[in-house]
Amino acid sequence: MTIAISLKDVHKVYANGSEALKGISLDVEQGDFFALLGPNGAGKTTIIGIISTLVNKTAGSVEVFGKRVDTHIYETKLDFGVVPQEINFSQFERVRDIVMTQAGYYGLPHKLASQRCEKYLRKLGLWEKRNERSRTLSGGMKRRLMIARALVHEPRLLILDEPTAGVDIELRRSMWEFLTEINNKGTTIILTTHYLEEAEQLCRNIAIIDEGKIIEKTSMKSLLADLDSQVYILDSAAELPAQLSLDLSNTGLRRIDGHSFEVTVSGDQSINEVFSRLDQQGVQVSSMRNKTNRLEQLFLARLRDS
Amino acid sequence: MFANHKLIAFETIVIKEVRRFSRIWLQTLVPPAIMITLYFVIFGNLVGRRIGEMGGFQYMEFIVPGLIMMSVIQNSYSNVVSSFFSHKFQRSIEELLVSPVPNYVILTGFIAGGMARGLAVGAIVTITAMFFTDLSIQYPWITIAVILLTSIVFSLAGFINAVFANSFDDISIIPTFVLTPLIYLGGVFYSSQLLPPFWQFVSGLNPIFYMVNTFRYGILGSSDVNVYWAFLILGVFIGVLYSSCIWLLRRGTGIRS
Repeated sequence: MTIAISLKDVHKVYANGSEALKGISLDVEQGDFFALLGPNGAGKTTIIGIISTLVNKTAGSVEVFGKRVDTHIYETKLDFGVVPQEINFSQFERVRDIVMTQAGYYGLPHKLASQRCEKYLRKLGLWEKRNERSRTLSGGMKRRLMIARALVHEPRLLILDEPTAGVDIELRRSMWEFLTEINNKGTTIILTTHYLEEAEQLCRNIAIIDEGKIIEKTSMKSLLADLDSQVYILDSAAELPAQLSLDLSNTGLRRIDGHSFEVTVSGDQSINEVFSRLDQQGVQVSSMRNKTNRLEQLFLARLRDS
Repeated sequence: MFANHKLIAFETIVIKEVRRFSRIWLQTLVPPAIMITLYFVIFGNLVGRRIGEMGGFQYMEFIVPGLIMMSVIQNSYSNVVSSFFSHKFQRSIEELLVSPVPNYVILTGFIAGGMARGLAVGAIVTITAMFFTDLSIQYPWITIAVILLTSIVFSLAGFINAVFANSFDDISIIPTFVLTPLIYLGGVFYSSQLLPPFWQFVSGLNPIFYMVNTFRYGILGSSDVNVYWAFLILGVFIGVLYSSCIWLLRRGTGIRS
């Protein structure tokens, strides 16, 4: 399997003396949808800055598709596109000009640039806004414009630094669909996000970073399998019986009100058994939901452990 | 990056720069024309009639080359310093830095943008001057060469200012406290032959003095300086400033963490 990006023992000490990265080593395979998670100030944006050459590393090496970014500057830069955390296009330019300018920086001839510009602006729902000044766009549109701009040279690797921050849920989901689509077509994606649900929905592999170190790197599946238990909130259409008991080992029950209760199910327990016991007591469950995001529980646990 | 890709990237930067100063033409192209018209009316016409001749020419004729050069210097400088600093301020410089555009193409693109504005304003001022005096160029190639090289020098200087600038104040300090005095003391309005020997020597330390006089030589055929010496100075300035800009870009000073 080809490695899309490889970081080896990367260190970063800023001019003010703060050590942002303390020896990060990380491989992301081609075609992966990879999440980089961590609390604020963990070093996620510094990693992205170093890959995209906006931040000078203090030590270590970074390779993109087998080529070092500091010795094969031009080849490696053609291979990736970056969507930064903060809006970084001119607020006075027109939407189309921003994408066309970026295409020009990558040496795309005008005709091809024009076709790609239309393709990605249409895909991201911005074609109708192409002649508007970028400052008139909504926050979500600005984020989509940055994605269109990053894709105009059709890179093999797309790096997104919190691309859905401040975007409403409907738009976020449409962006997820779009990112899944381009990942399915072969683009490797590295994503940092504060929305853990986003990482859980989209990503196959994950690294958790804290205080400049990677504290966990695994597949999303095996990470979620580590969950000891899950907490569900169940609602009953009818009034709950006064005495409600599951009588199951490793399973807890807590009444919330007359119609709702909370059930904690251990990893080796089947939820079907819970339903069966409830059924025996005449409780008909009308709805059920996770009390907390599963990944969030793990994330917080890992940070505590580290 | 292939040569044709670099050429497209260069064109893109230049088009973006020209589009930027053309979009705000009321701030970039009109004020110099108004200011220079006032110079012609007040200094050239009203005051100039009382002065009579300067360096063997009517005062109006004498100041025209200096005023054209002053416009080119100020506008080449201010275009690059304000544009590059705006890119830094809005972080749109990151678009360029993550792309495969080589540093020398980035620099050359901004320099070409600065030259485009400097020469556009120079052309406006020249046309304005034609309403006040007959303008005939004695040495066209010297005139063209010196104006192009001067706009390169001040575009490069503007670039260095922008690299180190951290606020909008920082991009106006050098033009106000360094550039303007050097221009005014660079023989735009007077011949250095009027000065006592000591101040003639001090004028000789001002690089703008050589640029203004060489340009005047190209237009009027008369100069206070050796033209070859002036071209050498321009060449040295371009070499030193260009190397410094490339070094700063490579280090990432002011633009990379």
